[in-house]
Amino acid sequence: MKEILDKIQAKYNLQDIAIQDNDQAYVTVGKDLAIDMVTYMRDYEGFSHFVMMSCVDWIEDDKLQLLYLLNSPEKKCNIGIKVFIERNKPTMQTAHHLWKQIWTYQRELREAFGIDFPGSPRVEENFVLEGWTDMPHMLRDFDTNKYAEETYFPREGRKTYDPATYMREKLYPKQPVTAKKNKDDE
Amino acid sequence: MSELDINDKVSEMLKKSEHNSAAAECYEKTFVRPEDEEREVIAPDGSIIKVNPIYDYFSGKKPTEEKPCRGVVEKFLNWARAESIWVLGFGTGCGSIEIPPLMTPRFDAFRFGVQMRPTPRQSNAFIISGYLSVKTLKRVIRSYEQMPSPKYILALGSCTINGGMYYDSYSTINRLDKYLPVDVYIAGCMPRPEALLAGFMKLKELIKDGKAEKANEYARNFDEYKANQKKIIKDWNMPDYNW
Repeated sequence: MKEILDKIQAKYNLQDIAIQDNDQAYVTVGKDLAIDMVTYMRDYEGFSHFVMMSCVDWIEDDKLQLLYLLNSPEKKCNIGIKVFIERNKPTMQTAHHLWKQIWTYQRELREAFGIDFPGSPRVEENFVLEGWTDMPHMLRDFDTNKYAEETYFPREGRKTYDPATYMREKLYPKQPVTAKKNKDDE
Repeated sequence: MSELDINDKVSEMLKKSEHNSAAAECYEKTFVRPEDEEREVIAPDGSIIKVNPIYDYFSGKKPTEEKPCRGVVEKFLNWARAESIWVLGFGTGCGSIEIPPLMTPRFDAFRFGVQMRPTPRQSNAFIISGYLSVKTLKRVIRSYEQMPSPKYILALGSCTINGGMYYDSYSTINRLDKYLPVDVYIAGCMPRPEALLAGFMKLKELIKDGKAEKANEYARNFDEYKANQKKIIKDWNMPDYNW
């Protein structure tokens, strides 16, 4: 794993390298070089198996993070390639020409996070939701509770309890609350 | 009609269809698929026919209330209805895993006249099992409206009553009774097959007493139910009433 990382470090100007294990590492690369690097890993380093692609919303930093996870069946190791992209009107270079299943991932990311992948086939079609008109639902500033209350009909009189407090009151009604709090803290 | 005329019309229509096939924009606006759009078609004899695929094969008529027969006859009919509850085998959520054991020798729902049918046209009871997403609700409405009257809905699990553990989800509905009329609620998360059997017993009682009239209620308040359904199903690309 280290040999591979040494090789690509200079080539792709890696910003952050996290070696989790002998056979697992995550690297962060610039947006422009990301697909280049995925292609290089596939063609020259033997990472021929595309495991998955996902997205994380870093709302505090105003960024989205894409992750391409690749696996090498020969070397028996995984590498995760992370890319930060802008959060406002995010676009990313498509990678569907490398593995066909990336179509589907990109369609899903477009629906869930609103990331556009120009040139990816059928990317504008519905993936899971039908007729969704609101903002992308996996972004962290989408308030799902508020949306559900406004859209559906919440049943009146429904109550929600904090499970820990409720069970404590039910099971040990005689014991004072403060004493138990201390117990939990320990 | 001469051949030239027909050629002109064909070229016109080809232009139109080109416009339709590049219908990404139109798809976003109306949610109707290009092949389902209202359009003109040339018949083999050269005449022009207007086609509206969504509405052509379905009745546009609203459902009507069915009045009960007189006295003893209605009682007899209700008794007969109660003894043959044919359930549409359509699992909508996690609760549908509780339905297959009903048909095993252990619980044996068949002894109560309950059996599963593969199509809505052959069934009169619909078990909505567990959480119901908007996408599934669309299919459920279509299936429910295709069932022949008198028909009954059993809502299984707390998700159909108040949203259950998915009350704050953006994609699942909270109260089923706002969108479809519910005869019997079976509470629990998840209810055991025994609870489901108890639900069937309750439904039988209601039918025998002549109180399971929710299909008529649906017909009576049809506009209200439809408005609620259309509020959340934003890509309404099916007939308003499809039976």
